[in-house]
Amino acid sequence: MRLGYLVRRIVFLLAVVWVAATIVFFIPRLSARNPIRERFAEIARSTGFAPKDLDQIIAAYEVKFGLDKPLLEQYVEYMGGVIRGDLGPSLTRYPKTVLELIFSALPWTIVLLMLTTLIAFALGNLLGALASWPRSPRFVKGLMAPLMMLQAVPAYLLGLLLIFFIAFRLKLLPMGGAYSQGVTPSLTLEFILDAARHQVLPAISLILASLGFWALGMRGMGITIQGEDYVNFAEHKGLHPRTIFTQYYVRNALLPQVTGLALAFGSVIVSGVLVEQLYGLPGLGGLLGDAILKNDYFIIYGITLFVILSIAILMFLVDLVYPLLDPRIRYESR
Amino acid sequence: MTQTAAVELQRDARQTRYEHPSRWTLTVRYLRRNKSLVLGLAIVIGLTLFTVVGSLTIDTERRAYPLAVKPKQPPSAEYPLGTDFFGRDMLAVMVRGIWQTAVIGLIAGAIGTGVGVILGFLSAYYGGAVDTVIRAITEVLLPIPAFLILVIIAGSIDRRSVTIYTMAVIVSLLAWMGPTRIMRAQVLTLKERMFINVARLSGMSNLEIVFKEILPNMLPFILASFVSGVFAGIFASFGLSVLGLGPLREPLIGNTIWFAQQQAAFFNGWWWWPLWPSLALVLIFVSLTLINVGLDELANPRVRRTE
Amino acid sequence: MTQRSPVLRVIDLQVSYYTEAGRALALDHASLELYPGEKLGMVGESGCGKSTMALAMMRMIKPPGRIEGGQVFVGDTELTALSEEQMRKARLSLISYIPQGAMNSLNPVLRIETQMRDAIKEHKPEMGDAEVQERIYGALESVELRRSVARMYPHELSGGMKQRVCIAIGISLSPKVIIADEPTSALDVVTQRQVMETLDRVQKQIGSAVILIGHDMGLMAQFVDKVAVMYAGKFTEISPVRDMFTDPMHPYARALIESLPTLDNKGVFKGIPGLAPSLIRRPGGCAFHPRCTHVMEVCKTVTPTLERLPNGRLVSCHLYDHEGSPVSAGLKTTG
Repeated sequence: MRLGYLVRRIVFLLAVVWVAATIVFFIPRLSARNPIRERFAEIARSTGFAPKDLDQIIAAYEVKFGLDKPLLEQYVEYMGGVIRGDLGPSLTRYPKTVLELIFSALPWTIVLLMLTTLIAFALGNLLGALASWPRSPRFVKGLMAPLMMLQAVPAYLLGLLLIFFIAFRLKLLPMGGAYSQGVTPSLTLEFILDAARHQVLPAISLILASLGFWALGMRGMGITIQGEDYVNFAEHKGLHPRTIFTQYYVRNALLPQVTGLALAFGSVIVSGVLVEQLYGLPGLGGLLGDAILKNDYFIIYGITLFVILSIAILMFLVDLVYPLLDPRIRYESR
Repeated sequence: MTQTAAVELQRDARQTRYEHPSRWTLTVRYLRRNKSLVLGLAIVIGLTLFTVVGSLTIDTERRAYPLAVKPKQPPSAEYPLGTDFFGRDMLAVMVRGIWQTAVIGLIAGAIGTGVGVILGFLSAYYGGAVDTVIRAITEVLLPIPAFLILVIIAGSIDRRSVTIYTMAVIVSLLAWMGPTRIMRAQVLTLKERMFINVARLSGMSNLEIVFKEILPNMLPFILASFVSGVFAGIFASFGLSVLGLGPLREPLIGNTIWFAQQQAAFFNGWWWWPLWPSLALVLIFVSLTLINVGLDELANPRVRRTE
Repeated sequence: MTQRSPVLRVIDLQVSYYTEAGRALALDHASLELYPGEKLGMVGESGCGKSTMALAMMRMIKPPGRIEGGQVFVGDTELTALSEEQMRKARLSLISYIPQGAMNSLNPVLRIETQMRDAIKEHKPEMGDAEVQERIYGALESVELRRSVARMYPHELSGGMKQRVCIAIGISLSPKVIIADEPTSALDVVTQRQVMETLDRVQKQIGSAVILIGHDMGLMAQFVDKVAVMYAGKFTEISPVRDMFTDPMHPYARALIESLPTLDNKGVFKGIPGLAPSLIRRPGGCAFHPRCTHVMEVCKTVTPTLERLPNGRLVSCHLYDHEGSPVSAGLKTTG
């Protein structure tokens, strides 16, 4: 692998993370009223201290959380923490750190997102490839329009409608939650099945919302590839149509789609977070929604940073994988 | 008038009619082919009518806000769309909510596209350092999910002071990157085309070239960008509201859904509360997408189906 | 000439393209015969139907084009009567096509040997892996490419090498007929020569008949046995190469030869006045008559047919009677 390419991608990754972290740091501190300070005030008030003691309490919190130091020093400490992976403590669930909370919520989110992204990518690209292949059955091509409409709607709304029609009206699947009430999480088959049942609607919402994107993109690519000389020559060679479809057509059209995957991570995660909120799943989305309700700013900032970091790393990984798929990039000489 | 002259006039008239169908006929003919555009516009017009007629006939100032009517009523003759937990008339909520959502989208679209045009143009036309800087900023900011930043921004502001206009501005803050990229690419292609050089050679000043040659050719893209901007604006504001970060007092569609979720509407059987806003928003998104597709076809003759 | 049967017979091939502007007759009763080992050069202006002919023979005409009549025989097999599946099997094994501009004809994500292997295995599934590999190396060696090329990807090869790979693929199954569609037009002169020599050599090795399509007359002169001149979808003349260059019969063929620059008349450019006809609105009678210097009244209404003359040459022109003697007094042979 070309060293220059690798270095450039790493630098870009670091730049994105640094810019993001800086933005996350400065924005709250730019507003006239310091939300953190206000939060401290709220907590202090809720513990029932007299108003005159309030200032002392707030001052104590500030010292504890290092907010009394000059801005630049705070920034350096903050960046140091980011590099170390220390996202600070949570305000509302003290002493649990933000990172702890994120990690306990993460598995749910990862399972949901990975599954839905893979399925949507595979199915969507397949449909798109078939839709642009002249020998496909007609109904596949007819699917494109409805898929495009579906794709226009955010997964959250699709989820809501799904809840209404399937869970509320038809009562086929649960309306929300990660598992039925009263059930304790354990590694039994029963629990897994129960949890799986609860993941069906969220998964469907996410998949339906992104199918159209992959399908349309693939179809567009397909049309371009079809005109390529090597597809023509493959026919001249008398190859079986299925061979031409898989080896000459799909393999080439898929490449740009993989790049698209990297770019789509951002929206996938955002949609995922919102859908989790909708279904009350205990993943990152649930954590975020909860934090917003309770004004736990550290969690909000922590999640944001974590997500941005994940996206950047995922993009980087895709950048690493892509040369494996496209031999032209692999041996690219400068 | 002599016989021959009359015949000539008639022939001329017939010829003109044949050779130059009126602009109106051409537009109608085109619209008939571009079903996507027509459908999208139809839905938008339908929604607009709903809003306009609604705001004229219903006292939305009062009824779209809490404690206006009897709460938790299912749809009936008196309350065609039902009422919610807080005593809001859902019909009024829809009328006002759709309007507000649209306003946010339009503002976000306008600002995003406006900034995009200016930046993209500066970047492409002047090139060099300006280009590199603008491009670098755009590229680095692009992978950062704007939504999360918006969450932070929205979260850092005093919730009570957020209005729909502040929301619109917030949403616009990160809406300019996409349009900038597109506009830049467009201007670059145009810059290389011959007619720009011709204009320059014929002595047009730079400014004249910009307004008379470049911008008119970019119009379809600007339009498409605007529609995308509106879409993105509504999308973002919806995302924020549905997390509880919107101007909670207003009957914004996202807010209404958030409230419904907070009150476990489905569990309690108040299905109408989140349903109407969802359907309305689906219509809005679908119509915008249809318009976008239609515009795509308009702007890209290659995609255009032949008559 | 001993009595052999032709390896390729094209009889009255008719192909039209149905466009929005109308029906374009791309091939009009085109007929052709080739014997084993023979090399035919097909020349003509752009759009005259050369490529259409090649595609029609491979049955690769796609909508809005359609083969509307005629037959194509390779050996005893009637290609035009085969089913889709049978024709697919016949491609590359019976009749192969080497495309123009090999730059893009190779799949960028597959190694060369993979692209050669899939073709061979498709037509000869019973062949063992080792045998297939040998065949691949053999084909590469025939086109003077090192064995190491097999493991490479297309983008690692130069234009000439890619063209040679395409030739290698085209000969890998020793087909009876090879159609080379302007195989050298995108290459520099030196590479051109290399590629043509390669083609010549492999053709002798396998003994297949070759149709070389192009518009480089000089190249034709060096390589082929017969030349077929095409105009507006019809063959105007098919003659042995020497005769074609020294004594072209059809006025169009003659104009083509005369327009070739020679060392004597450097700087003097002689073209053919007029434009190629629209295939949708063809001139009545002989398609060439608006531009013909020897046009007669009959040419405007009656379409001439391709006739075999006693000397073996084929001409489609009213100027000649069945013996091959000029009908019009004004026709002189060129010097």
